[in-house]
Amino acid sequence: MLLIKGGRIIDPAGRRDETGGVVLEDGKVKDLISGPGAPKGFEGTVIDAAGKWVVPGLIDMHVHLRDPGYEWKEDIRSGTAAAAAGGFCSVVCMANTKPVNDHVEITRYIREKSEREGFANVFPVAAVTRGMEGKEMTDYAELSEAGAVAFSDDGRPVASSLLMRRALEYAKAFDLLILSHAEDAEMSHGGAAHEGWTACRLGIPGIPSAAEEIAIARDILLARLTGGKVHIQHISTKMGVDLLRMAKRAGLPVTGETAPHYFTLTDAAIEGYNTNAKMNPPLRPEEDRMALLEGLIDGTIDAVATDHAPHDDYVKRCEFIEAANGIIGLETALPLTLALLAGGKVAPGRAIELLSANPARILKLAGKGSLRKGADADVTIIDPDAEWEYREADVRSKSRNSPFFGWKLRGRAVVTIRGGRVTHSLLAGVTAGA
Amino acid sequence: MTVEWRRRHVLGLADFRVEEMEFVIDTARSMEEVLTRDIKKVPALRGKTAVNLFFEPSTRTRTSFEIAGKRLSADVVNFSSATSSVTKGETLLDTAKNIEAMKPNILIIRHPASGAPHFLSRFVSCSIINAGDGANEHPSQGLLDLYTIIKAKGKISGLKIAIVGDILHSRVVRSDLHSLGRMGASLWLCGPPTLAPREMERTGAKVTYDIREAVRNADVVIMLRIQLERQKTAYFPSLREYSRKFGLNRDVFSLAKDDAVIMHPGPINRGIELSDDLADCAQSRILNQVESGVAVRMALLYLLAGGHDAAH
Repeated sequence: MLLIKGGRIIDPAGRRDETGGVVLEDGKVKDLISGPGAPKGFEGTVIDAAGKWVVPGLIDMHVHLRDPGYEWKEDIRSGTAAAAAGGFCSVVCMANTKPVNDHVEITRYIREKSEREGFANVFPVAAVTRGMEGKEMTDYAELSEAGAVAFSDDGRPVASSLLMRRALEYAKAFDLLILSHAEDAEMSHGGAAHEGWTACRLGIPGIPSAAEEIAIARDILLARLTGGKVHIQHISTKMGVDLLRMAKRAGLPVTGETAPHYFTLTDAAIEGYNTNAKMNPPLRPEEDRMALLEGLIDGTIDAVATDHAPHDDYVKRCEFIEAANGIIGLETALPLTLALLAGGKVAPGRAIELLSANPARILKLAGKGSLRKGADADVTIIDPDAEWEYREADVRSKSRNSPFFGWKLRGRAVVTIRGGRVTHSLLAGVTAGA
Repeated sequence: MTVEWRRRHVLGLADFRVEEMEFVIDTARSMEEVLTRDIKKVPALRGKTAVNLFFEPSTRTRTSFEIAGKRLSADVVNFSSATSSVTKGETLLDTAKNIEAMKPNILIIRHPASGAPHFLSRFVSCSIINAGDGANEHPSQGLLDLYTIIKAKGKISGLKIAIVGDILHSRVVRSDLHSLGRMGASLWLCGPPTLAPREMERTGAKVTYDIREAVRNADVVIMLRIQLERQKTAYFPSLREYSRKFGLNRDVFSLAKDDAVIMHPGPINRGIELSDDLADCAQSRILNQVESGVAVRMALLYLLAGGHDAAH
């Protein structure tokens, strides 16, 4: 038995925000306690969370673990260690491994290896099309039974409107979710940064916002046509947020996420040909960043997901247009998201919705995203006031591709508990592995 | 004039101050005097080595740098990607590190990726001159255009200068915006909307799709080479239409000032962006640009190799 006492329990899905305790036993939330003290006669381990937030274990619904196939960039062990250090109890990994996760054997491999070696729950996403080639559907029902929680060709958008229509339509039979990497790849082809003033000045071929927005609009229209559920990944533009807002007002089964870098940085970060500011979709101008913040605050955007994309040094240590896309994000997502709370317009519960409750709801992860009695014993303890510097030497991921080194961050996961076991701790007297 | 020259690299004109550009031009002027001599060679850079590291086909720029170096008695070595191991998949950094290990003083780099010389400058200890990187900059061209116009017009400030063609992909434009723009010219950029981004107006230049508006009362008209393969990627319908609407011919050029001059960074597509007769007319300064280019590149090599300590 483990008691976390005296913290501020923030559980938006359970409609709870109060000082209290959580009792964990046998991998589940056994009991909830009101007030700061321990129950009379409690025998077991006690973690004193006074001054901290106690929240349902964070869920990152968009990561690349690179396993199988690119284990030198990241593997299930290192990726989930980074997740735990960042406060995440669960990660949802994309299908662009090698081989692509388009077959039950790969899905099972990811599940089994993560159960054996992982420091976080790993929920695989399977490909929408075989080999992510955009031609034939994968076996959705079988993959779902093997553990795939959703389907996405993330990294290679589904170019064919017809195939996307069929996928959304067919997936309805099993109530499955398609995640859309929304990009008109013909329009973005050759581009390496947002098409705007910065790229123009630096002579970098541009990717217009419309390349993303056309695809978002298409997939919303296909959701309308088919009634199939679609979740828009890594929204980076103002019009993308506006389209999602419109779809929700129309009652369509559409949700969306963005990543911390899109609401923290702008395309000015590529100045000096900084390849750690190169990602797809690209960083956008301030106007888009502001619209993303607004969408996160008003509830249009459902989730913050990192798009954690580890890359070895040499594919970033090169010419800008040649450099690989993406950055690691698991260890910085929490403080960058908590920055939304500065200014007091947003309650802490909103950040927890974005990082836990909503991903669990969207992906229908049973027992996740809430601290209700009987929920899984996944808990993140956050020190909202911790000030710390993100340093390259402290990174748990195998890769080092981050634009945030040297940043002074505020807010940090001090303890991560997954299934009742501590996977990460900065608190004296609380040991990981216990 | 004494200007403190502390640059180790010439990566672009983006951060060049006006005084620095004037200093390069002054130095080029004294270099040009060497070129009028019978024996066109001075020992200023004896014992120094410059490597032309070219990852893109180029004859004139490479030759211009080579001649500039040789006039100063530097050893100039050519390395072009067609004969390098780049085609076997070596990274740019590895290639540059290998060349650097042979202890050159200056690397002169031409590369199709914008920012490639900036990237290498963080890793090598020798000097780097950017001889054109992607669509970013071509600083020696920006300086030689400046020098050519000063020789033709005696000044830059107050001139109307039209630049016509593929603005979007042009590194010459981006360097000219810094050199000519910062010296006070009024710049007009013209091309079809697919090749003339409006964002460029943030530099203070004007963007127009009407060549007549750009050329009217201009003192200088700079025509850019149109890459013939752009047509295949549908930036414009046909070379014929491009030539008729965005090419410079007698009719359009008659709108410019009577003493206006024509420039072109070369190589020219005769009859496409520039009519055959104008290319060779009395007002063409195209070959003067090539001539100024050697002097400007001598100046850059000289300044980077530290020769100015003795001279000033």
